[in-house]
Amino acid sequence: MEKENLRLDEIIREENIVFHKTSLLTDKVFSYCPGCGHGVVHRVIMEIIEELGIQSDTIGISPVGCSVFAYDFMNIDMQQAAHGRAPAVATGIKRCWPEKYVFTYQGDGDLAAIGTSETIHACNRGENIAIFFINNGIYGMTGGQMAPTTLSGMKSSTTPYGRDTMLMGNPIKMTELVATLPGTYFVTRQAVHTALYVRKFKKAARMAFENQKLKKGLSFIEVVSNCNSGWKMSPLQANRWMEENMLAFYPPGDIKINGELIKKT
Amino acid sequence: MNEEIIIAGFGGQGVLLMGKIMAYAAMMQNLEVSWMPSYGPEMRGGTANVTVVISSERISSPIVNSYDTAILLNQQSLDKFENSVKTEGILLYDPNGISRHPERKDIRIFQVSAASEAAKMLTTKTFNMIVLGAYLKINSLISLENVIKGIGDSLPERHHHLIPVNIEAVKRGMEIVKKINS
Amino acid sequence: MADIKLMKGNEAFAEAAIRAGCDAYFGYPITPQSEVLEYLTAQEPHKRTGMIVLQAESEIAAINMVYGAAGTGKRVMTSSSGPGISLKQEGISYMAGSELPCLILNVMRGGPGLGTIQPSQSDYFQATRGGGHGDYYTPVLAPASVQEMADFVRLGFELAFKYRNPVVILSDGIIGQMMEKVELFPQQPRAVEFDQSWVTTGKTPDRERNIITSVDLDSARQERHNQDLQKKYQNMREHEVRFESINCDDADYIFIAFGSASRICQKSVKIAREKGIKVGLLRPVTLFPFPAKEIKKLSKQVKGMLCVELNAGQMIEDVRLAVENNTLVALHNRMGGMVPTPEEVYHALLQKFSIE
Repeated sequence: MEKENLRLDEIIREENIVFHKTSLLTDKVFSYCPGCGHGVVHRVIMEIIEELGIQSDTIGISPVGCSVFAYDFMNIDMQQAAHGRAPAVATGIKRCWPEKYVFTYQGDGDLAAIGTSETIHACNRGENIAIFFINNGIYGMTGGQMAPTTLSGMKSSTTPYGRDTMLMGNPIKMTELVATLPGTYFVTRQAVHTALYVRKFKKAARMAFENQKLKKGLSFIEVVSNCNSGWKMSPLQANRWMEENMLAFYPPGDIKINGELIKKT
Repeated sequence: MNEEIIIAGFGGQGVLLMGKIMAYAAMMQNLEVSWMPSYGPEMRGGTANVTVVISSERISSPIVNSYDTAILLNQQSLDKFENSVKTEGILLYDPNGISRHPERKDIRIFQVSAASEAAKMLTTKTFNMIVLGAYLKINSLISLENVIKGIGDSLPERHHHLIPVNIEAVKRGMEIVKKINS
Repeated sequence: MADIKLMKGNEAFAEAAIRAGCDAYFGYPITPQSEVLEYLTAQEPHKRTGMIVLQAESEIAAINMVYGAAGTGKRVMTSSSGPGISLKQEGISYMAGSELPCLILNVMRGGPGLGTIQPSQSDYFQATRGGGHGDYYTPVLAPASVQEMADFVRLGFELAFKYRNPVVILSDGIIGQMMEKVELFPQQPRAVEFDQSWVTTGKTPDRERNIITSVDLDSARQERHNQDLQKKYQNMREHEVRFESINCDDADYIFIAFGSASRICQKSVKIAREKGIKVGLLRPVTLFPFPAKEIKKLSKQVKGMLCVELNAGQMIEDVRLAVENNTLVALHNRMGGMVPTPEEVYHALLQKFSIE
């Protein structure tokens, strides 16, 4: 009964803390929709940079898309790139600062449509950078239009009757595609909708930064995520739909480790 | 002093390099120079020409439409540029493969059988240097010594063993050039 | 001893880039500027100065590599010709918006579309009006000789860093492809210590994070940003006008021409003066900012001005704005890769102004 009389400052004590926000996230409230994966991915990347102690050597690149203002939340030096051009921008930075850590943060429209060329060539040159590719199968920021990764039959504001692959082509698997290029060193697909997936993603994200020291090529991490607003679902429904449909087409797991393909693409 | 020269022929004949060596040699003599090539998608066998201006003053236009000297190395070039030679100017050509020879009476016309001479020297790549030698003989504006320096500095390292044969070719050109009108 | 060489304009530009202590070049082949990338790769500047040279997969990628590299505060550059420069406009607009210094060479060829690879000055509007989307300008330098192709690299970087702004060198196929004597300036070291207060190096505890961006959705802030940019451009107009005047003092008629067209006009001036016609040449060296004051001053003393351009008549619009109807302004132009001869320009002068 005496617990009820505890004041707040008596509860918030070091020994009671089970989770704390990394200092590499700013205090700005996320502008992302509740249930969106961006917040978790942001946090995990910042945690890794904090744990590796490389804040003063890390430069991030934000894309065009929902995460265009990633630099509002990430407390690191950042540069905002034109739509799809992040891998080229990262190339320019990394070539000038070869000892620093450089990563891009891109969505599926950015990386797999308008920026396909920059993505493939940065991967093929084996730039020593990390690419984080958030795939939610839709253009979120502009209001839910079809993305290159939109599943067959999936509805969007530009495929209101579902994606007809005869008319609109097939969903593209960028991760499998770049894994075939000799310049990629680590290629994996992850998700962040459950604690278990988050832990796996964090391991992969750590590897993406550690790999940069080896100078053996590019690390490419896809994170399959949901866009509950664009998909017109509740967060819970969206995650369930994602598990059943997105993960079935885009199966999570490592594809290439230490420059070796470990999964047939 | 102002000498405006056009050199024209097939791509691969070494027209551009010949012009470059002339410009280089003139530069060694503290003269002002410009070298303006035609450039196009054609490589070997297409047409190539270059305008070289050598002057004791700052050069205004690198592009001119009449020439003190025209060095014309195929029929097309001869047909195109014969009328662009200034009165009293020089036309130098190789008769090899020419069916319609130059006809003007108000210019000085010279022949150099560079193609057949190059064949005799067992390397057709000396063609342009034979022509250059002919020009040196006609016009003493640039010296043989500076042309030799120009050859050395224009050829890439891997072709340096060819310097002696090229110098030989320049000298052959000086010997075999002949004036064909009075 | 002076370091004198016989070089193409494109090669002189590339050599000057190494000597100016340029840190990185990102490019893509296109005629008539490919010698820049070819010369740089042949020189292996990473061995000479540590300079980085990379052939990108497209002009779009190249300019975005420049954008990223410029964000590190280093001296970076690219080069291309018309069609490639069009592709680069998005990146140039981003750099103007986020105020990054860099050098961009355009060796102009004729357009529109794939047009021709022959020389032209048809990108004057594009270069002097910003070129990409949004309200911005870049200083535009117009070299008229191989010597200036070299010298403007140094001047260009100086302006780029003074104003933290992209700088365009607007050359053309004639100046890029021709060889002339060039006196090269001595090797300058690459900058080791430079202003890093605004660049991306990685956030250190002693400062706030540096963010390089052009986006701001708050209209009031975006307007203030635009006002600041406009102040900067006004500053350029007041301090960076450069021009060359030849025989203008006693002239009755004046040619106005930039770049290769100005070289042709120099000879036309000679031809006219030999015939007893007092003609001068005003050559804008900076196309933005434009030497409007000088042209206005001259317009009050001459009977006519002939703009000579390798385009449909683009610079003439700036001349007319400057002249304010004080004198007659006429145009002699060629397009599509055609280049006027000095005699042709001289006859155009006689005809346009009915000179007996």
